[in-house]
Amino acid sequence: MVERFYRSLYRIRRVEEEIAAVYPTDKIKSPVHLSIGQEAVSVGLCEALRADDVAFGTYRSHALYLAKGGDLKKMIAELYGKLDGCAKGKGGSMHLVDVGAGVMGASAVVGTTIPQAVGFAYALKLQRKDAVVASVFGDGAVDEGVFHESMNFAALKSLPIIFVCENNFYAIHTHQLKRRKLANICEQAQVYGMPAEQIPGNDVLGIHERVSEAARKLRSGEPGPFFFECLTYRLKEHVGPNEDFHLGFRSSDEAKSWIENDPIRRLAEQVSSTERSKIEREVEAEIREAFAFAENSPFPKPDELYTDVFGS
Amino acid sequence: MKRMLSFVDAVREATDQEMERDASVIVFGLDVDDPKAIQGTTRGLVEKYGPERVFGTPLSEDAMTGVAIGAALAGLKPVHVHIRMDFLMLAMNQLVNIAAKSRYMYGGQVQVPLVVRAMIGKSWGQGAQHSQGLYSFFMHVPGLKVAAPTTPYDAKGCLIHAIRDNDPVIYVEHRILHFQKGPVPEAHYTVPPGKARITAPGADVTLVGISYMQVECLRARSYLESAGIHAEVIDPIWLSPLDVDTIVESVRKTGRLCVVDNDWLTCGASAEIITLVLERLQGTVPVRVRRMGYAPVTCPPTPTLEDRYYPNGKTIASAVYDLVKGGQSGWAPQEKVELQEVQFKGPF
Repeated sequence: MVERFYRSLYRIRRVEEEIAAVYPTDKIKSPVHLSIGQEAVSVGLCEALRADDVAFGTYRSHALYLAKGGDLKKMIAELYGKLDGCAKGKGGSMHLVDVGAGVMGASAVVGTTIPQAVGFAYALKLQRKDAVVASVFGDGAVDEGVFHESMNFAALKSLPIIFVCENNFYAIHTHQLKRRKLANICEQAQVYGMPAEQIPGNDVLGIHERVSEAARKLRSGEPGPFFFECLTYRLKEHVGPNEDFHLGFRSSDEAKSWIENDPIRRLAEQVSSTERSKIEREVEAEIREAFAFAENSPFPKPDELYTDVFGS
Repeated sequence: MKRMLSFVDAVREATDQEMERDASVIVFGLDVDDPKAIQGTTRGLVEKYGPERVFGTPLSEDAMTGVAIGAALAGLKPVHVHIRMDFLMLAMNQLVNIAAKSRYMYGGQVQVPLVVRAMIGKSWGQGAQHSQGLYSFFMHVPGLKVAAPTTPYDAKGCLIHAIRDNDPVIYVEHRILHFQKGPVPEAHYTVPPGKARITAPGADVTLVGISYMQVECLRARSYLESAGIHAEVIDPIWLSPLDVDTIVESVRKTGRLCVVDNDWLTCGASAEIITLVLERLQGTVPVRVRRMGYAPVTCPPTPTLEDRYYPNGKTIASAVYDLVKGGQSGWAPQEKVELQEVQFKGPF
């Protein structure tokens, strides 16, 4: 199991490092909000989900998309604006989707996919399916009214949904405690009538364990929702491939403990060196292949502009 | 003999028939399951289909619109009911940023078959926030369809089409039209976009009446007859996509176009329709145009001001008389008692 987690974490980190490396060439035709530093949340969550479970994400969803099984080649092609992208170049990095893998989309407007996840869960319950929904959002989304409306309805209808708040402490450059009086996101979920738990420190195995348990309960018919606040840390700037410590809104000292406790390094120590080099070799080959795929894919033809506005 | 139904009963029957035909259709919104059942449009549905498919919601228009979209993504066909169109302002993010865009920005991988029923109020002091016809906001956005039926026949056919449509549809209802009766077949049928209806023929001027203003245009036509002017009246039925061809053909014949909207004029449906017609004709026919709609102020509840706020059959007839004759004659028709405006009677 540790090998699987390591592979997923390493793969996401390396994909994003490659994106950051390619970014200055301007081949990527989309603003990128990198997950570097936050991969543990998506990996812990998605390793606990089945293929037919679905996830709704945010504009910072490279990690969620890949962890849930989204196609890597199509993701890179999407970033390149190519026809073979997951949305034919019409979504970009902020709107990754892979319906077959249960990645149901992501929004650039904070908090916006939360009610869609709730509505999807309502449908699953009505359709008597035992799949579950994961709704992933940041601490900024908790400021939005729609978060509260959505929590209320999901609890009212006991829906099969797992809310995962990726708390990286910052909405762009503004710290949580400049936006709210108390650091009490879990309490806010609890008042709507659902269990909520904070999981500190990018604890990928801890997240996996809690989400697995929640998903098991939901599938066996216990009432949802469940809420997890996963503390994590964004190592890159809000948008773009660089760091932002020079801006002065946070210090590199603050990042130190997160870097020292990087779950990728922690897990690497638990994987044998032979297994590790095998995983890393395979991942590197896969990444090379994905970027080559994106390079070689054509741009959409101009007529594509007018398709997919309406179905019929 | 033709079966006569009210607009309310036509909406209720369309919903009932679609819910019976398709188990994926669900209906929700504030008060859809309460004793008043949205003027009766949802009466009996919760008893017949149960509280999972028909339910009242928390007062959360924003999230519940997102819930509708999410349910649609999962294969359901939600009908989300708003007793006032004004309340849709709380749902704009979900409608504009997600419902309209999902199919496109996800490269055709998903669809959002959603119906949003939105009601416009008028008279009996509806005032600033119970009276707005804000459909032009939605006409503006690619990916949304907009229907504004005026007759019970079209109310049923448009709603059945909207429910079966695989794209989001804003379905606009006018509260005063709710009381109107008309022939409605019992069978299932659809009134899809693509064909406006000529509701009365004429050769002198083309009158396009949107939503409730269709009724006022027909009244105006009757007043104009007494002055020897024959107006052709057109009901667009669907505002987006809009059948501009039918209007263009009429204007080609009449050379005069007056669009009467149940909304303000600036950037509204009337501006759009006139522009589309003139763009199409490009001066091949000389055309005189006129727009009418709400006065450019906030809707007041007091009757003396409210009466002046809305166009009516007589004011439309006066304006069209001058459009046809040229100049500013000050002509006004003699009041016809049988054509007096139907007033909505409260309390509600």
